[in-house]
Amino acid sequence: MTAAVQIRIRDLSLSYGDCLILERVNLDVEKGAFCTIVGASGCGKSSFLRLLLSQETPTGGTIELDGRPLPPEPTPDRGIVFQRYSVFPHLSVEDNLILASEFEAARWTGRFFGESRKAARETVSETLEKIGLTPARHRFPAQLSGGMQQRLAIAQALMKKPDVLLLDEPFGALDPGIRADMHELLLGLWEELSMTVFMVTHDINEAFKLGTRMLVFDRLRHDPHAPEAYGATVTYDLPLTNKRNSLPPGVEDILPTRATP
Amino acid sequence: MRITNRKPGRTTAFLLGLLPFLGVLIAYAVASHYRRLENPADKLLPSLPDIGAAFLRMAFEADRRSGNYLLWVDTWDSLWRLGSGMIISTAIALLLGISIGFVAHARSGLAPFVATFSLIPPITILPVLFIIFGLGEVSKIMLIVIGTAPVMVRCISQAVMDIPREMIIKAETLGASVWQMVARIILPQTLPNLIAAVRLGLVPAWIFLVSAEAIASTSGLGYRIFLVRRYLAMDVILPYVAWITLLAFVIDRLLRLLSRRAFPWHHLDGDSL
Repeated sequence: MTAAVQIRIRDLSLSYGDCLILERVNLDVEKGAFCTIVGASGCGKSSFLRLLLSQETPTGGTIELDGRPLPPEPTPDRGIVFQRYSVFPHLSVEDNLILASEFEAARWTGRFFGESRKAARETVSETLEKIGLTPARHRFPAQLSGGMQQRLAIAQALMKKPDVLLLDEPFGALDPGIRADMHELLLGLWEELSMTVFMVTHDINEAFKLGTRMLVFDRLRHDPHAPEAYGATVTYDLPLTNKRNSLPPGVEDILPTRATP
Repeated sequence: MRITNRKPGRTTAFLLGLLPFLGVLIAYAVASHYRRLENPADKLLPSLPDIGAAFLRMAFEADRRSGNYLLWVDTWDSLWRLGSGMIISTAIALLLGISIGFVAHARSGLAPFVATFSLIPPITILPVLFIIFGLGEVSKIMLIVIGTAPVMVRCISQAVMDIPREMIIKAETLGASVWQMVARIILPQTLPNLIAAVRLGLVPAWIFLVSAEAIASTSGLGYRIFLVRRYLAMDVILPYVAWITLLAFVIDRLLRLLSRRAFPWHHLDGDSL
């Protein structure tokens, strides 16, 4: 199963002034991969995700998506779910979901009125059912639990059917039981929509459970007199094909840091 | 139980709120009583019934010279000026505030100017306004605008900048244009802050309104107060001050109510004043 390379990253680096965050990142990711990204705090894994999102511009190197350079700003081909602030607090659950189609249909108002709004709200019924938010469809996000908010955020990010879904510690604030439910939901959607997923997580078990490929970010070189002189890169690139449940034996030893969930 | 952990019931809260008002009223009545014991014709602290009578006279007896019911004419003129000024200020605050808060180039271009402009003591340019716009309504409304708009602009731009970056990016990944983001994300999330800014702006607005009316006007609440000052008519001045305060209070409460009704999502967590 060698699918076509969808994302090609060559010699990518990122620095803020003198502070080098990432350096020499080289990566080919095929379409449909589920990449989990782990590493110590401050090793640049969230920065890497922001680069994929075009939220930040790389200092050097290139990222290609389907053979073309990444657009310089966020676009609908890459969906995003943040840990917080992903949904719009002033819109009800269903209005959060119809927003993307409103943007597409109404160029100036960005809004449906009357009958078309009613119709648009009907079209998201199936999605609401799938993420279990049908009873809460008229509520505001602040009236939802953390898990419900993140289910809504994922569903909203998928409304434009992105080729790539980026997840920045999406379940970091959720308790373990809810997290397991979210994993089921996410895996189901991933298989159904055959998209590429990048997911930053602190939970190593989650990384093994969900991913088809695990990227470990760490600093290879370290100068104690100038801790910011070298950046992090992908130190381990583990294919996780026929697993799905537990840590392979011995793998914890090679990981730089054991993140606790 | 500790006092910090106890909450008053509805009735208790209401009575507690009433207490300071009653205190001031009683203190005034006592002071007035003793002054009038010495001099029954005392004008500085007229008795409460006298004040009430003067208020009723201003409200329900036609003025002998003009035939107008002065309180209502004054109130209407003042509120008209205040309202026009605040509407213009609000429009400016929205336009500039969103531009400054949302577009970095507009921020670089306008923010230093607005910050500088907001530091000009507005009352010092009142003569300039009188010279340019004459003594009519325009100069008074302009004073209110100049006095309130810059602070409101800064309020709104800060509110826009406080919207988490994540939401803007999320909107971009949903395919929103700049204008659509303004219409559907920025503006709706800023409107509650706009109402808060209007409520804050109304405080200086009243000051500038009364100042402008005191200096050059032929009607209005401020004009009346400064007119009757010449006759030491405390029995008119005091109820007028109370009336202005009441108007300001009612407007403030209405705006708060509007914010809660129109933007329930904004008031979901925590109590606000």
